[in-house]
Amino acid sequence: MASEEMEQLVRREYTQGFVTDIESDTVPPGLDESTIAFISEKKGEPEWMLEWRLEAYHQWLKMTTPSWAHLNYPPIDYQAISYYSAPKKPEDRPQSLDEVDPKLLETYEKLGIPLHERAALAGVAVDAVFDSVSVTTTFKEQLAEAGVIFCSISEAIRDYPELVKQYLGSVVPQGDNFFAALNSAVFTDGSFVYVPEGVTCPMELSTYFRINAANTGQFERTLIICEKQAQVSYLEGCTAPMRDENQLHAAVVELVALDDAKIKYSTVQNWYPGDEDGKGGIYNFVTKRGDCRGDRSHISWTQVETGSAITWKYPSCMLRGKDSIGEFYSVAVTNGRQQADTGTKMIHIGENTRSTIVSKGISAGRANQSYRGLVKVGPRAKNARNFTQCDSLLIGDTCGAHTYPYQEIGNSSSIVEHEATTSKIGEDQLFYCQSRGISEEDAVNMIVNGFCKDVFQELPMEFAVEAEALLNVTLEGAVG
Amino acid sequence: MSDEQTFLDTLQARNEARGDEPTWIAARRQAGAARFEAVGFPHKRVEAWKYTDVRAIARGEFRLADSADFSPATAAALTLPIEALRLTFVDGVFSRALSDLNTLPSGVTIEPLSHALEANHEAVGGALGRLAGVDFSPFTALNTAFAEEGAVIRLAPGTVVETPIIIQFLSRANEAPVMSHPRVLIEAGGRSEATVIEHHAGESGATNFTNLVSEVMLDRSAILSYYKLQEAPVGDLHIASLHVEQGRDSRFTSFNLNLGGALVRNDIIDDLNAEGAETQYNGLFFVRDRQHVDNHTLVNHNAPRTYSNENYKGILDGRARGVFNGKVMVKRDSQQIEAYQNNANLLLSDRAEIDTKPELEIYADDVKCSHGATTGQLDEDAIYALRTRGIDNQMARGLLTLAFAGEVMDQVTLDVIAERVELAVAGKLPERFNLTGLVETASALGEK
Repeated sequence: MASEEMEQLVRREYTQGFVTDIESDTVPPGLDESTIAFISEKKGEPEWMLEWRLEAYHQWLKMTTPSWAHLNYPPIDYQAISYYSAPKKPEDRPQSLDEVDPKLLETYEKLGIPLHERAALAGVAVDAVFDSVSVTTTFKEQLAEAGVIFCSISEAIRDYPELVKQYLGSVVPQGDNFFAALNSAVFTDGSFVYVPEGVTCPMELSTYFRINAANTGQFERTLIICEKQAQVSYLEGCTAPMRDENQLHAAVVELVALDDAKIKYSTVQNWYPGDEDGKGGIYNFVTKRGDCRGDRSHISWTQVETGSAITWKYPSCMLRGKDSIGEFYSVAVTNGRQQADTGTKMIHIGENTRSTIVSKGISAGRANQSYRGLVKVGPRAKNARNFTQCDSLLIGDTCGAHTYPYQEIGNSSSIVEHEATTSKIGEDQLFYCQSRGISEEDAVNMIVNGFCKDVFQELPMEFAVEAEALLNVTLEGAVG
Repeated sequence: MSDEQTFLDTLQARNEARGDEPTWIAARRQAGAARFEAVGFPHKRVEAWKYTDVRAIARGEFRLADSADFSPATAAALTLPIEALRLTFVDGVFSRALSDLNTLPSGVTIEPLSHALEANHEAVGGALGRLAGVDFSPFTALNTAFAEEGAVIRLAPGTVVETPIIIQFLSRANEAPVMSHPRVLIEAGGRSEATVIEHHAGESGATNFTNLVSEVMLDRSAILSYYKLQEAPVGDLHIASLHVEQGRDSRFTSFNLNLGGALVRNDIIDDLNAEGAETQYNGLFFVRDRQHVDNHTLVNHNAPRTYSNENYKGILDGRARGVFNGKVMVKRDSQQIEAYQNNANLLLSDRAEIDTKPELEIYADDVKCSHGATTGQLDEDAIYALRTRGIDNQMARGLLTLAFAGEVMDQVTLDVIAERVELAVAGKLPERFNLTGLVETASALGEK
């Protein structure tokens, strides 16, 4: 491939960048107790929730930004961020898609997500989050029939306070880390899922995230609870419009799986990564943790991370129940000046717990990527088993790929294995494909998709297709 | 009084007692002390010391030894029974009686640091501290502040030394614990070849603190095998860092074998600075009871076409704790690198703990790098297979443990060292059995 052509492809601008002009109901930038009170009041929250938020805020004040990650970004001015933004007149929220602002629907069209069609065809219930407030929820009745609660966290706080009180912060406590504390203080929306005992959720649940108003940090809070023998698969996907200023995103996701429950959580993340100089782009600081509280419970994380300027994300599993299983499948692609420090933690506490980690990192351009993982086996976790595979693919000589796997093993009946490789796409592999008439670009796509296959096959069907396309777009022309 | 102050007071007393010395030495000592005072002892919030608690050292009160007296009988039993050029230090003090430097081959200089400084201090000044800066760790700083004795080894270009060079450190069971801060300085000239053995042993009741800093420079095409056999008394506290710098086409092989000590920390840092440089790290530790061994290794691939291979194995029993942190760093433009790393650990007890972190940090794309880390126990199927062939349970476990160590020990070309380690590994197994028989069986199996 001609190098200019390649350059062009590498430089191709973010195709999904655009701005929808919808008036926002935004608080002035800054964070203090009154901001939190404003958010809480705006959401019509009960007193205990406000107290919970303030408690988090006070812990956050005493904390400092973590600096251990292999990331380089200017300090964030938390007082320059606006902590609340909602589409106009939240009390007049549309009750069905027909009532949704046509401009919003247009936005979804541009994203290639025809919400109504997609929802109907794929049988997916969509709780679309647009600028921090849920604007539409579909398939609610069908879910209600099965007894599954799927709503925004704000509604859950209002309608199911006992469940929220019991589980919120039980996996990721308010003071868990800097970003989790910030989220606990100011979270504006997110999803709440409750699957009652013995119920297998009749459809895959999905939330599409959008970040829209400039300067607005988005603080999502997701809480999924699976009672005994219940099952759910949750999909999270996101894109964002092109912006010049860095947008902060600090989400918290908590999963609770009781006896024999199974939660599958899949993410495709394609936020704006910044321009070729690394300007703009989303800062993504996420705390995701699953608690395998019950015996034989099963939590599986699958993620495809192609966006964001900064990714700081470690979906983890606390394997407390006997025979519980934790899984982490990840593909992370960084190009341009993107930086990703991502991985997982598998904490084996109960007997016969098992965990699998498969992480595939692809680094191109001037990007840097790190896998950071912890496998901890406690003294009581008899016969614990872990297998970790993390591979990195380097494309170009100006990028970096790093691996920092921690293993803390305190038990002689456990078996823990870690293996990692770092290499580039082999000249011989490319030559082999090209000699059979496959263009270089297609050959690269084939090789990269093959490299990521172990992870893609864990994704739900429609997500896998999207992920593959996303990967090809992100990397087109990055190889020569 | 802070923990650090105790050490600084001892240093001050030492400095006052010392005669005049060249200004550069005084200045470096000063820099070391200043750095140590500024940073203090490391704690668990420092990433490099996350798993190793040095309070046993920080809170200790150690004096400096002033004699090298050592029971000749005990020394004879501890000394490796091979023909070698030998430098011996007792609690850090040079022992002429236990050293053997009578027949130095031409082109070889081996002398205690104190002698080298006296004879031509400027020749030492350039090299000392060049690789091991005071900011490497608080212990390097502390060592620099106290540095006065150690070993200086120089190989003239083209010198091939067949006889191994042993630097022996003996630890005494003193009434009160002592500390020593020895330095080792090795300059291997172009195309020179040698084998150096750093051997730590001592009287069983000893509870001393050794803080060793070694600097090794390999010029173009030099070949150096560096053995560390650490059989220090189980009460000893042992901190050591080995800093290596390699020139073009040079080859460095390290054996880091740790059996003794209550608290042991080894740092190995190798800078591959020119094309064709090659390094091989082999490591094995066997610990039991409440022993703690921490091995931190780092390979810096600073030039293209450099090669590194690392294989570390740990066997843990009782309430022992092992730490492995191996890092491979490939700098930008260091293309066509090969770097491999393997770490395997065998836990023989439920109360033992291993913390391992094999790291890769890579900034070039034309590389082949891999690492693997495993932790597990003896394979019950393998034990069963041996038992069906009439080998009893204990013997089967012993054989398999030896076999686990074998992958590293097979690389050891000095039989006397291999046998010592193998006997220690077999002999310290929870169920005791006929050691000699076992080793014989193992070696017979190996021969087949």
